[in-house]
Amino acid sequence: MSLARTTTALTGAAGLLALAACTSSGGTSGTASSSATAGGPIAVQATDSQCGVATATAPAGTITFQVQNTGSTVTEFYVYGAGDRIVGEVENITPGLSRELKVEITEPGTFTTACKPGMVGDGIRAAFTVTGTAQPGSADQKVGKAIADYQAYVAEQSTELVAGTEAFVAAVKAGDVAKAKSLYTPARQPWERIEPVAESFGDLDPKIDGREDVVEEGLPFTGYHRLEKDLWVDGLKPDSSAIADQLLADVKTVAEKATAVDFTALSIANGAKELLDEVATTKITGEEERYSHTDLADMKANLQGSQSALEVLRPVISERQADLASALDQAFTTISQALDAFQKGTDYAPLTDLTPDQVKDLTVRLDALSEQVAQVPAVVEAGAGGTPTS
Amino acid sequence: MTEPQSPDPQPATGVSRRGLLGASAGAALAGAAVGFGGGYATRASAAPVSEAAPATAQASLDASIPFRGEHQAGIVTPAQDRMHFVALDVVTKDRARLVDLLKKWTRAAERMTAGAEAAPGGVVGGGPYGVPQDTGEAYGLSASGLTVTIGFGPSLFDDRFGLADRRPAALQELPPFRGDDLDPARSGGDLCIQACANDPQVAVHAVRNLVRLGFGVVSVRWSQLGFGRTSSTSTSQATPRNLFGFKDGTRNIKAEETQAVDEFVWVAPSDVPGAASWMAGGTYLVARRIRMHIEVWDRTNLREQEATIGRTKAVGAPLGKEQEFDEPDFAKQGADSQPAIPVDAHVRLAHADNLNGVRILRRGYNFTDGSDGVGHLDAGLFFLAFVRDPGKQFVPMQRALAEKDVLNEYIEHNGSALFACPPGVREGGYWGDALFA
Repeated sequence: MSLARTTTALTGAAGLLALAACTSSGGTSGTASSSATAGGPIAVQATDSQCGVATATAPAGTITFQVQNTGSTVTEFYVYGAGDRIVGEVENITPGLSRELKVEITEPGTFTTACKPGMVGDGIRAAFTVTGTAQPGSADQKVGKAIADYQAYVAEQSTELVAGTEAFVAAVKAGDVAKAKSLYTPARQPWERIEPVAESFGDLDPKIDGREDVVEEGLPFTGYHRLEKDLWVDGLKPDSSAIADQLLADVKTVAEKATAVDFTALSIANGAKELLDEVATTKITGEEERYSHTDLADMKANLQGSQSALEVLRPVISERQADLASALDQAFTTISQALDAFQKGTDYAPLTDLTPDQVKDLTVRLDALSEQVAQVPAVVEAGAGGTPTS
Repeated sequence: MTEPQSPDPQPATGVSRRGLLGASAGAALAGAAVGFGGGYATRASAAPVSEAAPATAQASLDASIPFRGEHQAGIVTPAQDRMHFVALDVVTKDRARLVDLLKKWTRAAERMTAGAEAAPGGVVGGGPYGVPQDTGEAYGLSASGLTVTIGFGPSLFDDRFGLADRRPAALQELPPFRGDDLDPARSGGDLCIQACANDPQVAVHAVRNLVRLGFGVVSVRWSQLGFGRTSSTSTSQATPRNLFGFKDGTRNIKAEETQAVDEFVWVAPSDVPGAASWMAGGTYLVARRIRMHIEVWDRTNLREQEATIGRTKAVGAPLGKEQEFDEPDFAKQGADSQPAIPVDAHVRLAHADNLNGVRILRRGYNFTDGSDGVGHLDAGLFFLAFVRDPGKQFVPMQRALAEKDVLNEYIEHNGSALFACPPGVREGGYWGDALFA
C-alpha cells in the first residue's frame, strides 16, 4: 500500500483528533470517580429486553455511565460512534452487578448506546446526543511534534540515500565490480528505511526498485536490481552506465519529493506497519535480493525504519496505551537479537545460508512484532475514526 | 456433561479490557488483566445441550455449550461434526507471557463458545483505522456447539517454565509401536487446542483467533482438520462411520456412563499426589494421525472387510450376532469351526474383555488432506482418545493392535502426540491456572 493513498485519505485528519475516548474500570455502584459529568453518572438499567439510559444527552467531556444489570443473563454496554466504531464498552456485567463506563467525547454529535444481553447480536440500541465541545487530551497535542520529527528523519534518510547511491553509481560507471558490490547494500539501506514513503511516487518506484518479473509490461528492467543482476550474475553490460545514471537521477527526484510529503500520525504508523509487511512478503522470502542474497541487510533496514517511525510516535502511544509501547520495545528487541546473530562485520550472512528452522524462527519473531505494530494506527488515530454521526 | 457452576453474584474483578483509545486507559487496566470474573450468557440462560430438549434438530446444532465447569468441555460433550486441532510450540521462555496468553485465550474462547466475537466489537468496532480484533469469518453464525479444549504436552514440563516438578507421572512420551511411520512435523507439541463445532467455519475461526492472540508466545507446529466425527460420545447419538465405511466407536464410553467416565477418563486426585495435583479432574489426550490406504481397502471384498473389522458392514453387529449393540461373543464358532470373530480382527483386539477390562473414550474425526502425490487421497482417521492414564489404557491397547491387527495392512500411524488436558475452568479462573499457581 502506498503512503500516497493513505495520505490522501487522511488529508487534514491530523488536526482533527477531536474525539478521544477511553474506557475505565469501575467496581460496584457507589465508586463513581470524581471526574464524572456535572450531573453525575448516567444510570443505565439493563435487563434481558430493555436498555434504560436515564438521559439521552450530555455535554462534551468525560461522560460516565453506571450500568446496572437487573436481568438474568450476562450483559455488555456499548457507546458507538459512526459505523459502529466503539467509543467505549464494558463487558461481562453479570446479573445483579453494576459497572461504570467512562468515555471522553470532545466534539458534539449523535452516538448510539446499546445493551447486549447474552453478548450476541446488535444489542438494544438508542441514540445519544453530545452537545458542545471540550478540550482534547494532551496526546493530541503531541501528534504535531511527532509529525515534525518524522519529517526530519525522512529528510536525513533522503540525504543519505542520494549520497550512498552517488558512490555506488560512480563505482558501477568506473567498472569496479568489487567496489560496486560493496557499496550496493549501503546505498539501499536508507531506501529500505523509508520505503513506504520512497515507493509512493507512482512511476519512480518500478524504475528504481522494480524486480525483473514484476516490471510492468513494456517497461525496461532498470534500477538497483538490474545493476544487482549485472554485478552478481551477468557482468556489467554496455548500458550499465546509462542505467546507473538514470538510477541516480530518479533517486534524487524521490529524495526531493520525500521531503515534501505531508505526514499524519496515521500515515507514519501505517508506514511502520508496511515496512514489516515488506519484510514478510519480499525479504524473508528472498525475493527482493535474489542475485546478491543481501536480504537480511534489507530486513535490518526495514526494521530500523519501522522502529524509527514508531519512536517519533512514542509520546502519543505511551500516553494512550502505555503497555503497547513496552510490548513494541520487547518485540523489536526480540527480532533484532535474532537478526544480529547473522551479522558478520558490517554485513549480514546471505539469506541462502540460513536453515529452514532459522527462517522459521525469524518468521515467528516477525509475526509477534507485526501483531503489535498493527495496533498502532488505531491508537494514534483514536479521534479521526470516530467522527460522530450527525 | 458437566454441570454449570451457579452464577457468582460478585465476581472478583471485571472491567472493560478495551484500553485502545483512552489516555487514562492504561492505568485503569493495569489491575484488570485477570478479570475473568463472572460467566457468560450460556451459563445463565441455557442448560447443557445434553440435558436440554431442543425444539428442533437445528436448534441443537446451533446451541452454545457452557465453557466453564468441573471438567473442560469437548471431552464428554456429544461429539460435534467438525474439528480443527492444532499443536503449538511455545516460542518464548518467559513464563509470565505464557500465563498471560492462557488468560487471553480463556476470555476469547469463552466468548466464542457463546457465539460472540473474540473481543467486544471485534469485527468492526475498532473503527476504520483499527485492526479488527476478531477475524470475522464466524460473524453472524451461531455458536454451533463450539467447544475449545486445551492440553499441555510433555515438552512443556522441561526446564523453560519451572514446571518440571509438576509433570504428572502419566504424562510420558508415547513409546514407539510396531509399524509406526511418524513424521516429526505431525507429532508432538508443547500445547494443543481442540476446537469442535457443528459448523467447520466456527471451529476454524476459533483456532485462528487463538493462534493470532499467541503470536510471539506460541507458533503452530501442526494442524489437522476433521470433517466428520467417527465416534459417538453420548447414547443420544447414532454411531457414525469411518472412511472404511464401518460404524466406528460402537463400544465407546458414553457420557451417560458416569461410572465408566470416572473410572477411565477423569484423573482422580489420588492419581496425582503432590505437585501434580493440578491435574485432578483433567484427562490425557492421545492424538494419532492414521493414514488409511482407502484405495487398497476399497478393492477388498466384503467378507474380508468384515472379517478384518469383526463387525458386519451394514448394521455394525459383531460377527455372529444380529444387532450393533449386541455383546460380541469371542468364543462363538462359525460353520467352518473357526471363531466367528477372527483372532486378529480389530474388535477382538481392541475389546475391553481382551485388555483386562480397559476402555478409552474415543473422539476422532475423518480427514482427507489433499493427495499423496502418486494419485491417492491422503485420507484417514485422526484418532483422538481421552484417558485417565495413557500408560495403562492407550499403550497396552495400541501394542495389542500394532502386533496383531489385520487392519494394519490398510493403515499406518504417521502422527502422534500426547497432552495433559487440565480440569475445567472455574469461575474467575483461567485455563491451567492451577498448574501455574
